[in-house]
Amino acid sequence: MTQGHRSLRALAVVLALLAILGFSTASRADRAKAADQIIPESLQLDERRSGTSFLSPALRAQQSDEGANPGMLWVETGEKLWSTPPGASGNSCASCHGEARTSMMGVAAHYPAVDKSSGKLMNLELRINECRTERQGAEPFAYESNELLGLTAFIAYQSRGLPISVDVSGPAASYLEAGRKFFTTRQGQLNLACTQCHDENWGRKLRGDTISQGHPTGFPIYRLEWQSLGSLHRRLRACSLGVRAEVLDYGSPEYLALELYLAWRARGMLIETPAIRR
Amino acid sequence: MNTSTRIVIPKTVTRGEVIEIKTLIKHPMETGYRRDHRGQVIPRHIVKRFVAIYNGTEVFSADLTQGVAANPYLAFSTVAEESGEIVFEWIDDLGDTHTEKVEITVS
Amino acid sequence: MSKRRDEGLTRRQLAGGLVAVSLAPLASGSRAKADDQLSAALESVTGGAAVTEGRVKLEIPSLAENGFSVPLTVSVESPMTAEDHVKAIHILSEKNPVAHVVRFNLTPRSGRAKVSTSIRMADTQRVMAVAEMSDGSFYSGTADIIVTLSACIDGG
Repeated sequence: MTQGHRSLRALAVVLALLAILGFSTASRADRAKAADQIIPESLQLDERRSGTSFLSPALRAQQSDEGANPGMLWVETGEKLWSTPPGASGNSCASCHGEARTSMMGVAAHYPAVDKSSGKLMNLELRINECRTERQGAEPFAYESNELLGLTAFIAYQSRGLPISVDVSGPAASYLEAGRKFFTTRQGQLNLACTQCHDENWGRKLRGDTISQGHPTGFPIYRLEWQSLGSLHRRLRACSLGVRAEVLDYGSPEYLALELYLAWRARGMLIETPAIRR
Repeated sequence: MNTSTRIVIPKTVTRGEVIEIKTLIKHPMETGYRRDHRGQVIPRHIVKRFVAIYNGTEVFSADLTQGVAANPYLAFSTVAEESGEIVFEWIDDLGDTHTEKVEITVS
Repeated sequence: MSKRRDEGLTRRQLAGGLVAVSLAPLASGSRAKADDQLSAALESVTGGAAVTEGRVKLEIPSLAENGFSVPLTVSVESPMTAEDHVKAIHILSEKNPVAHVVRFNLTPRSGRAKVSTSIRMADTQRVMAVAEMSDGSFYSGTADIIVTLSACIDGG
């Protein structure tokens, strides 16, 4: 090999090394990020449809018939609890809030919301229990108990037909971002993100079922699969199970942040509680 | 039976009008075929019979099995004959009864 | 029991000729086996008496998204007078563990022979509504329903 060739080869090796080093340090982080995330095609505001539109005509009719909708049984339970003092000396909900028909109208439409004093994000279930412990001198209801389901169904029912309208400004903004991140991050053994089914493939078939857009407009819902009424967190746990991800606790911060994101994503859509779902 | 029910009946009725009554009762209608997480059979527990008694006369009844869906919905008709009381009874297979009474005003 | 029912059909066919043959229920024509669950349930309801298809309208979705709860309504053409009314409406299932799903007992004070409920369906199958009249006659209506499941069977 001549002197010239040796120099040229050395230069080529150095350049190659630089290129390799440059490639790995600059893009490894980017490539990792790209693998974790998917760039979602989010729903256009005017293409949003509630889960009700994916029901059969028979179930849709049952949902709108308040004499046939089994979810109304829990609304009745909540109505009774509303006026029942929790203890001998405690105040009932009605003692402070009077007639739910007026005082609770529109309330569920603003939840989840950041509690001003504690700065914590609260959904309706957590707010009810906070009232019970702080202002009614009572024990909190267990999540998914007959009583808590009844009260959330009753209170959300007072907002039936009203548009979802959550505040995502100020302290809520970071929760919204956490929820959005959860919605768009692949999870579980099936390595799926919520957005892949509910933004990108809604309306398509998943086995015999039609994929909905995953809006929270009808919660708590009467789900045929449960043969009972259940909360949004119960449904989210089923979603986690569905992709073989870790099933998180009722009231977990991840599901709460997701709940806020879902409500914001469904902003302006009308509340349908208690909805019937499959 | 400590449970909740929902009865939808028209508020104002005229004599001789055929009215539709819709009823719901919160009840699991446990079939007796399911097993719990330990593999033990969950015993059957169902509403077996439903009766509607209008001013002392039985006007409608139903005999149910575990083939009826949970939180049973039963809708039926009756002729609004006179004002008074309609008594609704749900009887389960353990012998318990849940009763609801609804006043009816017929003009 | 089954022998009696076959004889009944034969007698009816002989008596009515071509007209009776054309009125012969499609259900019993294609499912004449007595050990078929639906036929057996029908027989236990009717005691072997003849059943005519008609007058009974069974409204039930042809595709049920979940077998846990399938809404249905049965309406029977009847004046609902003391002399001529529907005494009972039976819902029979072809494949459920319990064939005789529910029985509605009506009276002349019912005003209208129309009932609604939601039933469980164990599988894709035929459902039959049988009306028992005050004069002892029986009428029926059937429907075939496909039962599907949710995509993700929920463990919680």
